[in-house]
Amino acid sequence: MTEVLLSIDGLTKAYPGVVANDDVSFDIKRGEVHALLGENGAGKSTLVKMIYGLVKPDKGTMALNGARYAPAEPRAARATGVAMVFQHFSLFDALNVAENIALGMENPPSPRDLAPRIREVSEAYGLPLDPFRTVGDLSAGERQRVEIIRCLLQDPKLLIMDEPTSVLTPQEVEILFQTLRKLSAEGTAILYISHKLEEIRTLCDEATILRLGKKVGECVPREVSAAQMAEMMVGSALKPPKRREGDAGVVALEIENLSLASPSEFGTALKDVSLTVRRGEVLGIGGVAGNGQDELLGALSGELKSAAGAVTFGGAEIGNMGPKMRRKIGLLTAPEERLGHAAAPDMSLTENALLTGAEREGLTARGFLKWGTTKDFAERIIAAFDVRTPSAGTAARALSGGNLQKFVIGREVLQRPEVLVVNQPTWGVDASAAAAIRQALLDLAAGGAAIIVISQDLDELMEISDTFAALNEGRLTPVRPAAGLTIEEIGLMMGGASDMEVAHVDA
Amino acid sequence: MLMLEKRPQPSRAFAYLTPLLAVLATMIAGGLMFAALGKDPIEAIRTIFWDPLFGEFSFYYRPQLLVKGAPLVLIAIGLSLGFKAGIWNIGAEGQYIVGAICGAGTGLAFYPMESWIIFPLMILAGAIGGMLWAMIPAILKVKFGTNEILVSLMLVYVAEQLLASMSLGLLKNPEGFGFPGSRNLQQYASAHNADIIEGSGMHWGVAFAFIAVIFAYILLNRHMLGYAIRLTGEAPRAARFAGINPARLILFCLGASGALAGLAGLFEVSGPAGQISIDFNTGYGFTAIIVAFLGRLHPVGILLAGLLMALTYIGGEIAQGSLGLPGAAIQMFQGMLLFFLLAVDVLTNYRLRFSQKGAA
Repeated sequence: MTEVLLSIDGLTKAYPGVVANDDVSFDIKRGEVHALLGENGAGKSTLVKMIYGLVKPDKGTMALNGARYAPAEPRAARATGVAMVFQHFSLFDALNVAENIALGMENPPSPRDLAPRIREVSEAYGLPLDPFRTVGDLSAGERQRVEIIRCLLQDPKLLIMDEPTSVLTPQEVEILFQTLRKLSAEGTAILYISHKLEEIRTLCDEATILRLGKKVGECVPREVSAAQMAEMMVGSALKPPKRREGDAGVVALEIENLSLASPSEFGTALKDVSLTVRRGEVLGIGGVAGNGQDELLGALSGELKSAAGAVTFGGAEIGNMGPKMRRKIGLLTAPEERLGHAAAPDMSLTENALLTGAEREGLTARGFLKWGTTKDFAERIIAAFDVRTPSAGTAARALSGGNLQKFVIGREVLQRPEVLVVNQPTWGVDASAAAAIRQALLDLAAGGAAIIVISQDLDELMEISDTFAALNEGRLTPVRPAAGLTIEEIGLMMGGASDMEVAHVDA
Repeated sequence: MLMLEKRPQPSRAFAYLTPLLAVLATMIAGGLMFAALGKDPIEAIRTIFWDPLFGEFSFYYRPQLLVKGAPLVLIAIGLSLGFKAGIWNIGAEGQYIVGAICGAGTGLAFYPMESWIIFPLMILAGAIGGMLWAMIPAILKVKFGTNEILVSLMLVYVAEQLLASMSLGLLKNPEGFGFPGSRNLQQYASAHNADIIEGSGMHWGVAFAFIAVIFAYILLNRHMLGYAIRLTGEAPRAARFAGINPARLILFCLGASGALAGLAGLFEVSGPAGQISIDFNTGYGFTAIIVAFLGRLHPVGILLAGLLMALTYIGGEIAQGSLGLPGAAIQMFQGMLLFFLLAVDVLTNYRLRFSQKGAA
């Protein structure tokens, strides 16, 4: 089975100001698991959108089974046997599994016939799923199964999966991989998009690497090291962050039995959360997105107030303090959402520096703004964190995601926090910038600050944390030392594993 | 094919240019409308824009420009603070009426005593009256989450009823032979908002309008409170993250705009209008909304927009008189101005691109 299924030749797509794909060519063979590897912004998404008919290429051609392939819309792509599982699911919470699957099919069979077929396919591929359960009650991993089964019911020849493991626990990842291996053994080709190198080494037969929209290489992932792939992906060798071992100091911040309703209708309430972080310690908080991360950050930033005693900072009760007071005493935070939460999109970087810097950097005098000092502060952040921007007067929204992230993190780090809480500090940031951000966090800890890193990137958490806890449906596990934790233990802490056993698969 | 493309950041040049483009487009479209009505368009445009400033009777119209422009600017400055923060006070007309009633009532309470203290007290009463009237929607919004647009608008009609009741009852001139309306404050020296320089149209309201422009400019550009207002308008979530208290901001913005509208009412009733009467209010509170947007919610812009709007009012009246243009045509002309402004506004954030149809 070495026949070429999909051949891509010279695909080019430009958006205003950026060439997303520049003359990309590669082949996907029948039954192969082909990795598409690249950093955020390398052009992976644009490429698969062209294959799936969501975006029209400016130049270049594709051929499926030797015939010209130019899908005008996803429906045309599906008709020719190309299916895609998106990173973000498109499911209706209030409907059950079978109804959701029927909605996504061109000619759905009657519900009576569909349910047994769902059972049949789900059993065959080791993805147990009850067709009559309501989707709203399913875990992220189970929702992904619904999407996968919806694709499988249409007998795809090529299955595109966009970062499928970002929402899964390690155990769930293992189940998914077994399914994908079985599919590929049956001759279905899989285009697997990811930037997680170890995953790709375990799963994929072939890898195409994109950088800045161009294809920069291909390799057989099993035959090269993760470091070599990373080099191709980033274009230079990466330095892993250096950490300095220090003794854990006195308790800097403590949360005790904090329960808090979410302000948002679709948020997750915090349930009886307790944690302690000491000076010089990096506490990593893992967990699948939407399990209370935003609420935990809000409870620490002061956007969500709680009983005074629920949060203590250096012994003082601060649960009912607002954000400004908390900043003044040295508790700084950086939320996940950069545009609109951590920064105002249409305001300049100087104005955004004022957003959290006013209190600690002395940017106001009797209520009047000191624009000169504020601009200096913004320029210091830009210089120290290598933020690529024409000037401090540029609007935040004009910066790339990674650059704005560096600015947002830098803004808090440069204010010499005593406790710094960050949510997804390197989300959407390229690998070298991510390394710089992690190094800055570690340096801060070495200087005696306590750091809480909320992240969904387990590799990141393992790299920088001294202690680890996980959020699951608003509950926080007890904090454990990170050294010596196995991936299985982490998976169990992240939860979800309890009701998702590894199903038996004949591969 | 014409395409709109989002600019990476708002164009500064176009932010200044769009009002001029809008005025130009209004002149062209308005001219066409006047032509359709059988009038000479050039003549009509000249009558509206040129005659009040440089025409034969401009010595009479120029002071009028200040008299009509001042309340518009005063109210619009207040409204712009709230509008920038996403707090929509639509009821300035009501606050204007209540400010006038409170101010005039205070003055009349002292009648016929003469003292220099009376006029300052009236100013204070006018500002407080307008502010309290605006506090009704503010407190309802903060406490119960009501919509300030609806509440402030409905309170305009309440204020109009209050005005009628005052001119027929409590404040009615006892020597007025039974006609509705209060005593004429122009004939009560201590309460008269007279021209600071005789015949210039420069009354105290004009002075306050200039002061308000300067204060608003400093507030928005140099003060933390102004920053809080702008941040709340642009990114409410970021504002909460920064630690800005939304309730306090609502109270401040509505209170300040109410106070300024109340001041405008007081200066009008004690000056150009002279008395509380059933038809005292002429829609300044609503027109000021247009002025605020025409001026890009920028203090200096509002000053210019207020004068421009006053010009179209005065010019419109002349055109009605001398050319026989219907009043509705003048109102349409003013409506066009806002319409074109909003339409051209797109160019600040987007640019036009001519492109061939995308290759498949």
